[in-house]
Amino acid sequence: MKNMGEPPHRPEPPDIPEAVAAPKSARSIQLVWLIPLIAVLVGGWLAVKAILDRGPVITISFETAEGLEAGKTKIKYKDVEVGLVNSVVLSNDIKQVIVTADLVKGAERYLVDDTRFWVVRPRITGGDVSGLGTLLSGAYIGLDIGKSGKPTRHFTGLKAAPVFSSDVPGREFVLRGSDLGSLDPGTPVYFRRLQVGQIASHALDKDGKGVTLKLFVNAPYDQYVTTDTRFWHASGFDVTLDASGVKIQTQSVVAMLSGGLAFETPAGSAALPPAAAGAEFRLFAHRAEAMTNPDAIVMKTVMVFRESVRGLAPGAPIDFRGIVVGEVTAIRVELDPVKLQITIPVEVNIYPRRLGSRLVKQRAVLSDRERREFLNAMMAKGLRAQLRTGNLLTGQLFIALDFFPHAPKVKTALNEDVFELHTVSSGLTELQETIASITKKIQDLPLGEISADLRQTLQSANRLIERFDTDLAPEARAALADVRKALAATEHALKPESPLQQDARDAMREIARAAQAFRILADYLERHPEALIQGKKEDEK
Amino acid sequence: MTRAPTTAASLGLLVCHACGLLARAGPHAHDACCPRCGARLHWRKPDSISRTWALLIAAIVCYVPANVLPMMHTGSLFGSQSDTIMSGVIYFWTSGSWYLALIIFFASIMVPLLKMISLVLLLVSVQLRSRWQLNQRARLYRLVEVVGRWSMLDIYVVAVIVALVQLQALATILPGPGAIAFGAVVVLTMFAAMAFDPRLIWDPLDEEHGRAPA
Repeated sequence: MKNMGEPPHRPEPPDIPEAVAAPKSARSIQLVWLIPLIAVLVGGWLAVKAILDRGPVITISFETAEGLEAGKTKIKYKDVEVGLVNSVVLSNDIKQVIVTADLVKGAERYLVDDTRFWVVRPRITGGDVSGLGTLLSGAYIGLDIGKSGKPTRHFTGLKAAPVFSSDVPGREFVLRGSDLGSLDPGTPVYFRRLQVGQIASHALDKDGKGVTLKLFVNAPYDQYVTTDTRFWHASGFDVTLDASGVKIQTQSVVAMLSGGLAFETPAGSAALPPAAAGAEFRLFAHRAEAMTNPDAIVMKTVMVFRESVRGLAPGAPIDFRGIVVGEVTAIRVELDPVKLQITIPVEVNIYPRRLGSRLVKQRAVLSDRERREFLNAMMAKGLRAQLRTGNLLTGQLFIALDFFPHAPKVKTALNEDVFELHTVSSGLTELQETIASITKKIQDLPLGEISADLRQTLQSANRLIERFDTDLAPEARAALADVRKALAATEHALKPESPLQQDARDAMREIARAAQAFRILADYLERHPEALIQGKKEDEK
Repeated sequence: MTRAPTTAASLGLLVCHACGLLARAGPHAHDACCPRCGARLHWRKPDSISRTWALLIAAIVCYVPANVLPMMHTGSLFGSQSDTIMSGVIYFWTSGSWYLALIIFFASIMVPLLKMISLVLLLVSVQLRSRWQLNQRARLYRLVEVVGRWSMLDIYVVAVIVALVQLQALATILPGPGAIAFGAVVVLTMFAAMAFDPRLIWDPLDEEHGRAPA
């Protein structure tokens, strides 16, 4: 090897042996080309497979990309992986996040218009814990397959997981209420304390005057929602403090913690058909309110009070002999600049139907004017409103309707905007006035003179008693001694061995004898009445 | 250089690779055996260029899935994940270990690529009988041969990790199809480098002086 650099000077060294001819190699040269062929085949197959396996690409817009990672976050349906997030970018108006995801082959058929996507994150609410697995594995995108037939590739992600997936049988209903209370999506809906559904979503009405809730009742139970079903807040503690005292209503422990909604159909309306999906219902504050007859007819009335309404609040009941027939809606203060009078008009709603269904059946189509006339007639008989203390502890007031036959006769014009129901001052006020007048009279008494006279009288009385002591007492004692003497003499006379007694006994004996003789005479005269004239006959022997 | 350097081929001699004996080429130049030890004798490695081409093309084909397909599946409590070589590089780069990222990038992506480019360059230049940069090309060939085996580092790492990290439920690492393709790239380029006969680089010199090997 070291001689390699030097060119050999002997051109043909004589001792170099000749190479031996080898047998022709049977191996084909072309065999080596199998290797790239196999590589191309395998690579090509992989490429074709990759292209064939490629599913649809979709975009989802989200409010936030919290927990989403390109290339890592998965899309899962029923916990089966159906896709992978490809990229997470901001939208053009940088208000949203656009997530592009590759779905598996065959996903086309459920990419329809109402398919919903949301990010599954750990979620802990009062009654529900979900997505705990994502604490470790990171968030993933959940998917709920829609029913619409319109295919699309662009979706808007939900802010939170939908409460129920669309393949759960059941029906959705709409509730309108005045406030949300402690309700939230996912809050359970109870039917006879049994959880039968959940609240799906809530939204404030556009005019801001109420809330609209959507709730979902699962399949076997949705038949119990009829057209007359009432829904009410069954939230944790329902503590009401009103003129009737303190009331505490509770539901199950879960509902106590997280709030809830309950429904029931009033007993009288059992034969009604189940409500259609999407039917609208009113949301009541509590069961008692829900189960009362719906106050379809509302009569707006005003009551003007001239006394303090401290303790009266909107919502206070209008009570007719213990039956709530209405409620206070507003309390105002009005100044009459002409009469220089301050009055307190209290606006109330009276629900005439509560006054008895028999009456209503007879006069089902009572017009407003007729109702006013009716009330006027009642006022002529002495119907008045009066503030009364409902609860001495809290000083809550309510308005009582009652008849005061001695009240002055009044009438309200029928064409006023709001019918005025006249009032009488409350019993307490009358009592206060009476006490005040008594106090005034007491104050007016000439107490100084009275006490001077009284002292004089007492002094003379004292003197009189002293005279009794000195003059009258010895006389009395002597008189008493005489009396005792007389008594002793009497006692002596009445003794059994006394002569008086002896004489008396003899006399009595004589009288008895005389009586006997008289009886014999009487017998004889009875038998012989003629003896009176003829005299006693001699014996006829 | 007026006079061409003398080579064994130019003198019609063959050297036995097995025992070092020189032999004169017989009439059957292509099918000769060493008269002493019986090893096959040839002027140049037989079918060097076509074999190299075949292996090289196979390597280039495999290079694509090696980079596209995942190298390694990592499954753990926190979810499962598949990584390609490039995603590993990006991961290390973004997580701050840029030196690791550079090492992986060069050892696993650049080196096989440069190796294949070098072999293509050598093959094309030989086939064109080019006399351009002969010394540099010879050095390039030696470099390719030496560097070749180091590219297997990735495969070793994956093999070791897969063997070590088998904690069943907690964590599992499995080799991906990319690892096979990558191994194939490395092995095929090594074979291609072996199949290539560096003497072919110098043959155009002889040819210019009208003494092409028989």
